[in-house]
Amino acid sequence: MMRFMLPVGVFALLVAFLWVGLGLNPRELPSPLIGKPAPAFERPTLADPSRTLSTEDMKGQVWLLNVWASWCAACRVEHPLFVELERLGVVPIVGLNYKDRREDAIAWLQQFGNPYAVVVTDEDGKVGIDYGVYGVPETYLIDRDGIVRFKQVGPVSREVLQGEILPLIEELKG
Amino acid sequence: MKRLLAVLLGVSLLLPLLSLAVQSEFDLDPEQEDRFRELTKELRCPKCQNQSIFDSEAGVAGDLRREIIQQIREGKSNEEIVEYMVARYGDFVRYRPVFDGRTALLWVGPFILMIVGVGVLVWQIRKRRRLADAAGLDETHRARVRALLKESEEGRL
Repeated sequence: MMRFMLPVGVFALLVAFLWVGLGLNPRELPSPLIGKPAPAFERPTLADPSRTLSTEDMKGQVWLLNVWASWCAACRVEHPLFVELERLGVVPIVGLNYKDRREDAIAWLQQFGNPYAVVVTDEDGKVGIDYGVYGVPETYLIDRDGIVRFKQVGPVSREVLQGEILPLIEELKG
Repeated sequence: MKRLLAVLLGVSLLLPLLSLAVQSEFDLDPEQEDRFRELTKELRCPKCQNQSIFDSEAGVAGDLRREIIQQIREGKSNEEIVEYMVARYGDFVRYRPVFDGRTALLWVGPFILMIVGVGVLVWQIRKRRRLADAAGLDETHRARVRALLKESEEGRL
């Protein structure tokens, strides 16, 4: 009996490991930022580069930071959702225009709509590095105290927005 | 034809200058450059996951290389630079994970498997030996076995 059970047991264990392991998405890296203060930045706004917005200015409110670029195809996928979200008026959405050209970014917003309360620019990607951005688009939910509560790598889907982001916003606004 | 060859040869002799141009962009002394190489080979690119920051052509890898060069110039230590990366991209960027509660199995697991394997091997060998002993072959049996083997070699069986 043992002679038969042992290999079957080992095999079952292996299948279980593979089942779980292969089901994981290796592109989704757990962000070390969750539960930590959002890295501070003070960057010029897209609309008027002589003015700046800093993370300090956002203290006291729950807000979304959406990293996007005009060259990013996946950004177009999620963009209509942000336009919709903006109409609901639940949270201010700050856009971080990542490694982009100003005129391209402005033209892109004219074409696809502008759901952002403010867009700040990050031409050299320095702010991106501080946030651990590795695949645009990325979206961060930041609470009143400036703590990162949620991070989405890749386009936000309707399921993620309704199932995770919106309930979390409600909770954080309490 | 000869002239063409001469020109090609001349141009190819100039090729190493290109690498000089690249090096001057880094603007690091040889010791710093060694550190740069060591660090970027040890850090994994978050975008192209099976390449190091040194190898990857992803945009973010280029930015991270630039960041590392700048930090080396600022006199940051290797540990500080790795910490900087881990704080932003997580433990994932280390090719050599630190040893802690979560990674203990990763580091110790193979050795445990090896010990278990050797254990099973020793157990099996002992079991076999015991079985052979239990068969209780004495000298007369052995002589009979030898005789039979010899006969079979000579083709009489």
